[in-house]
Amino acid sequence: MRNHTDTIAAIATAVGSSGIGIVRVSGQEAFAVVSKIFRKGGKQGCDLGAAENDHRVLYGHIYDEDEMVDEVLVLVMGGPHSYTGEDTVEIDCHGGALVMRRILETVIKYGARPAEPGEFTKRAFLNGRMDLSQAEAVMDLIQAKNQYALKSSVGQLRGKVSGRIRDLRERILHETAFIESALDDPEHISLDGYPLRLKGILESVMDEVRGLLNSADRGRVMTEGVRTVILGKPNAGKSSLLNVLAGEERAIVTDIAGTTRDILEEHIRMEGISLNVVDTAGIRETGDLVEQIGVSRAKDAARDADLIIYVVDGSVPLDENDEAIMSMIQGQKAVVLLNKSDMERAVEAEELRRRTDRRVIEISAKEETGIEELEKTVKDMVYGGEIDFNDQVYITNVRHKTALTEALSSLMMVMESIDLGMPEDFYSIDLMNAYECLGSIVGEAVEEDLVNEIFGKFCMGK
Amino acid sequence: MPCLEEIYDVVVVGAGHAGCEAALACARLSLETIMFTVSIDSIALMPCNPNIGGSSKGHLVRELDALGGEMGKNIDKTFIQSKMLNESKGPAVHSLRAQADKQDYTREMRRTLENTDHLTIRQAEVSEIIVEDGKIRGVKTFSGAVYRSKAVVLATGTYLNARCIYGDVSNATGPNGLQAANHLTDSLKANGVEMFRFKTGTPARVDKRSIDFSKMEEQFGDRRVVPFSFSTDPDTVQKDQVSCWLTYTNERTHDIIRANLDRSPLFSGAIEGTGPRYCPSIEDKVVKFPDKERHQVFIEPEGLYTNEMYLGGMSSSLPEDVQYAMYRTVAGLEQVKIVRNAYAIEYDCINSRQLKPTLEFKAIEGLFSGGQFNGSSGYEEAAVQGFMAGVNAAMKVMGREAFVLDRSQAYIGVLIDDLVTKENHEPYRMMTSRAEYRLLLRQDNADLRLRKIGHQMGLVSDKELERTLKKERDIEAEVERLEHTNIGANGKVQEFLESHGSTPLKTGATLAELVRRPELDYEMLAELDDRRPELSSDTAEQVNINIKYQGYIRRQEQQVAQFKKLESKRLNEDFDYSAVKSLRREAVQKLNLYKPVSIGQASRISGVSPADISVLLVYLEQMRHGGGREGKD
Repeated sequence: MRNHTDTIAAIATAVGSSGIGIVRVSGQEAFAVVSKIFRKGGKQGCDLGAAENDHRVLYGHIYDEDEMVDEVLVLVMGGPHSYTGEDTVEIDCHGGALVMRRILETVIKYGARPAEPGEFTKRAFLNGRMDLSQAEAVMDLIQAKNQYALKSSVGQLRGKVSGRIRDLRERILHETAFIESALDDPEHISLDGYPLRLKGILESVMDEVRGLLNSADRGRVMTEGVRTVILGKPNAGKSSLLNVLAGEERAIVTDIAGTTRDILEEHIRMEGISLNVVDTAGIRETGDLVEQIGVSRAKDAARDADLIIYVVDGSVPLDENDEAIMSMIQGQKAVVLLNKSDMERAVEAEELRRRTDRRVIEISAKEETGIEELEKTVKDMVYGGEIDFNDQVYITNVRHKTALTEALSSLMMVMESIDLGMPEDFYSIDLMNAYECLGSIVGEAVEEDLVNEIFGKFCMGK
Repeated sequence: MPCLEEIYDVVVVGAGHAGCEAALACARLSLETIMFTVSIDSIALMPCNPNIGGSSKGHLVRELDALGGEMGKNIDKTFIQSKMLNESKGPAVHSLRAQADKQDYTREMRRTLENTDHLTIRQAEVSEIIVEDGKIRGVKTFSGAVYRSKAVVLATGTYLNARCIYGDVSNATGPNGLQAANHLTDSLKANGVEMFRFKTGTPARVDKRSIDFSKMEEQFGDRRVVPFSFSTDPDTVQKDQVSCWLTYTNERTHDIIRANLDRSPLFSGAIEGTGPRYCPSIEDKVVKFPDKERHQVFIEPEGLYTNEMYLGGMSSSLPEDVQYAMYRTVAGLEQVKIVRNAYAIEYDCINSRQLKPTLEFKAIEGLFSGGQFNGSSGYEEAAVQGFMAGVNAAMKVMGREAFVLDRSQAYIGVLIDDLVTKENHEPYRMMTSRAEYRLLLRQDNADLRLRKIGHQMGLVSDKELERTLKKERDIEAEVERLEHTNIGANGKVQEFLESHGSTPLKTGATLAELVRRPELDYEMLAELDDRRPELSSDTAEQVNINIKYQGYIRRQEQQVAQFKKLESKRLNEDFDYSAVKSLRREAVQKLNLYKPVSIGQASRISGVSPADISVLLVYLEQMRHGGGREGKD
C-alpha cells in the first residue's frame, strides 16, 4: 500500500475530448515537481510554491530537460483548497493523447508516481473534501476503476510482451530462490563463485528490460484505445469492413506474433476516438487444428473487448455459427452490422435485432454504405459513457513504463552491490523489488512465490 | 461421582518447548500455573535433531531470550558444539546454531521448571477442554479430574492422535514411543475447532562405535563461541566442543531407495498427513531431485554420555530392512548399527487461521495455543509461540493489554502473522526470506529491539534492562563520534589505506566514511583512531553495522514507517464485511473468514486486492465520522 501524502499524477481528462487535456499532480511535492519542469517566459527555476496566493494560473511551457514538450496553462492550488485537499497542480495542455502522455511521463520522471485507479477521489474523500454521503459512490468508483485497470493492464499488452515479462520474472525468481535457499541452508548449498555468475545472468535480463523500455517508447508494448473486436463467420465481410474503416488513415499495422492467419490488429481513429481493432478468424465449427486455435483466440479477444462489432452476412440465412457468436456477445457492448445490403436479403434486420437485443445497422462494406451511421453509433456509445472506457487506459501505459524503469533500476542496484562486494543477502531485496515491478505489469502479485520456488527447485535440509 | 477438582489461574497442556515457555512465563508473572504432560520424562524433549538454532531459528531464540524466555539460557548451559552460520554473508543472516546434549537439555529445563514458584507439574492426559458460553473454564483429564482456570494454553506438539510409521509398521504412539494423546481432538472438534493432519519425520539414531569416521569430514565448532542468551557471560561458554561429521549418499543408496519405493508408506498412501517440503525424507529427495548424484549426511552426537548419533539428512519411513541397506551404502556407515529406527509421524493440529495475533482462539475466549499444535515445525518456532501464548494468557488473566509483535519488530511477529493470516498447508518453518525487514531484524540486535518490551511485561529484570540501555547509549555516542571525527590525508592514513587495497584520500574524510568502504571496517580502523573508547565486542559490532549498512537500513526503516501506518488502522473483529457493498465477493468471504485486526493484516490476506483495501479505508473514514449505518444492520 502506498503512502497517502506522496505525490501522484494522472491524466484527468476523458478520452476523445479534443482541444484541452489536463494532467493533474497532487501531494506534498506537487509544487516542487512541477517547478522543475515548468518554464515561464522561457526561464527556468519558477518556484510554484513561493507565491502568496494559494490559487493562481500561469502561462508557460513544460520542458523535459532542454526539450520543450508543450505550451501549457498551469493551475496552482495550495491545500486544503483543492480537489484532493492537498497541494495540487493542474497542467492544461493540448489534448492529444501523445502530448498528455509525454507530460505525464515527465512529471513522473521528476518525482511523482502514477496514481492508482481512483486515487484522487480517494484522497479527496479521506481529506474531508467530499460529503460523507458520497462514500458509497467513492467506494464503487475505486473498485470499478481498479477492475477496469486490471483488465486493461493485461489486455493492452501486445501478445509477445506478457510472455517475455513472465519469462524475465521467472529468471529473477529462480536466482533469488537460489540465494535464499543457500542462506537458509548454508551447509547444503554454497554461493562460492555465484556473484560473478549472477552478473552474467542479470546483464542479459537487463538488456531485455531495456529492449522492452525502448519498444514502450515506440508504442509497441502497449496498445491504446477502445479495444474493438470484429466477429463474424467466414466471409461475412469482416476484413473488407476493416479495410474501409482503416482507409487512408490507417495508422500502424501490426501482426501479432505468428498469428497472422487468425488475428490482425489495426489502430484506427474514428471521429476523434482511438479504436484498436482486432479482426478475428471467422467463427465456425471446425476440425482443422490451426483454425481451431484461431477461433479460440477470437473468443478470448472477444471476452476482453471493450466493444464488439458483429458482422452478419445478410445474403445467407443465420446458422449455428451465428448462434455461437450471439452467445459470445451476451453481456458485452456490441453493435451488429447487417452486411451485404447490396445483395439479396436472407436475414431481416428486425429478426436480428430481436435475437441479439442490440442495435442493428445495415451496411455494405463493398459499396461503403452505412459506415457513417456505424461511426456515429460508436461515437455516441463512447461519449455517452455506454462503453466502459476511461483514463485508465492512457495511464496504464505510463504505469507500465514506470514499472519497467523501476525494475531496471533495482537490477542496476544489484549489479552495484555485486561490484561493491556486498554480501549476497543484500541482492535479494532489490531482486524481489524488480520481480514485483514486473509482476505489476502482467497483473501478478508476489504472494508465496519465493518460498514455493525455494522448495520446488532446491533440495533443502535434513 | 466425586472427583478431584482444583483451581488455577492458567492451565498449560504439554511440556515440550512451547509448553515450558508458556508455563514459565505465566508462573514468573506470579500466576498459579499448572502444566500437564503425558510423561514427566519428556519435558523439553528433543525427539528429532539434536540442535537449537540455525538460519532464522537462531534469530527466534535470541528474540525469545531478549523478551525473557528460557530456551537461550538452557542451550547455553547444555550445548556441546556451537557455530555462527553464514559468517561470510551479511549481518542480517548470521545465525547461531548449537548442538545440544539432549539429556542434559531436558534435565536442565526440568530443573528450572521444578524450581519456579507458582508452577505445578502434573503427569496426566488432558482429554477435554471445558467451555461455557464461548469462554474457557478449564480442562478435564482422562482420569476425570477437573482443573478450573481462567485461561488454557494448548501446546500438545505432535502427540494428538499421533501415529509413528515406517514400512508397514504403524504404532499409535507419540515421538520416541511415548504415549499419544488420543482424546483431546474429539473435544476440540466438538467445540467447533477445525483440525488438520500434518506429518513429519526423523532419521535413524546409530551406534557411534559402528561408524568409520576416517571416511568422513570432521566439522568443528567455532573457536570463539557466542552465547545465545544476552544474559550469559560469553566467557562462561568457552569450553571443549565435540565434532560433527560429514559424509554423502551415493548412487547405490539412491538405487536401493528407488527399488523399494513401493514399500514406503509415503508413496503407497498409508500416510495421509501433509509433510513439510523443506525437511524432506531421503526418499523424497531422491524422487524429487533425480539429477543429484549425492546428498549430504551430517553425523551429529546426541550427547556426551551416549553413543547415539543422529543421521542428519536421511530421515525416512522406509521399512527397517531397507533402512539398514541404504544407510550401509554411505561412506563410513558400511558396518553401521541402528539404535532407533527412522520413522514418520502423523499428528493432529489446528488450522491456525482460527487464532488471533495474540494466539487466542477467535471463537473461544481464554483458550490459547502454541507450537506444532498450531501447524508449525521446529523446537524454536514452538518455543516462541508457547511464550507468546503464555504471556497473552497471563495478560488476559491479569486484565492487562494483549501483547503482539508485528512484522517489523521481530521474526516472532513474522512467524505468528504468517500463521494467522496466510493459508498454511504444511508444517510452517521460519525462513529468513519470510522476513521482509530482515536487515533490521538481526540476531545481533535482538536485545536492542526487545529487551524493553520484555521488561515492561515483567519478564526481564531491571539489571538486564540497564545493560541494554547502556549498550544503546554507547552505540549512539560512538556512531556520533565517528560521523564527526575527521582525519586528514596524511602519510600514515594513506599508507594504511594502501595496505588494505583502499583508494587514498584526496581530501580529509570522517572515520564513518571510511567504515563504509567495502574493504574496511570499524575494527580495522582502530589503528587510525587514537581516541577510541573501550567498547565490548557486541557494542563495537553494532557500531560497525549501523554505519556500514546505513543506506540499506534507512531504506528499510522508511518501508517500516509505511507498514506501520496500515498496521495502526484497527478493524473491529466483529465486523461483517458484507455490509461494505463495493468489496468484491471474494474479498468479503476472506475478510469474514479471517476477521483481521488491522488494515495491514487485511492487506496480507490472499484474495484481498489493493482496491479492496482502498475501499475499506474509505469505509472506515465514513464510519469514523458517523456518516453511515453501523456494519451489521
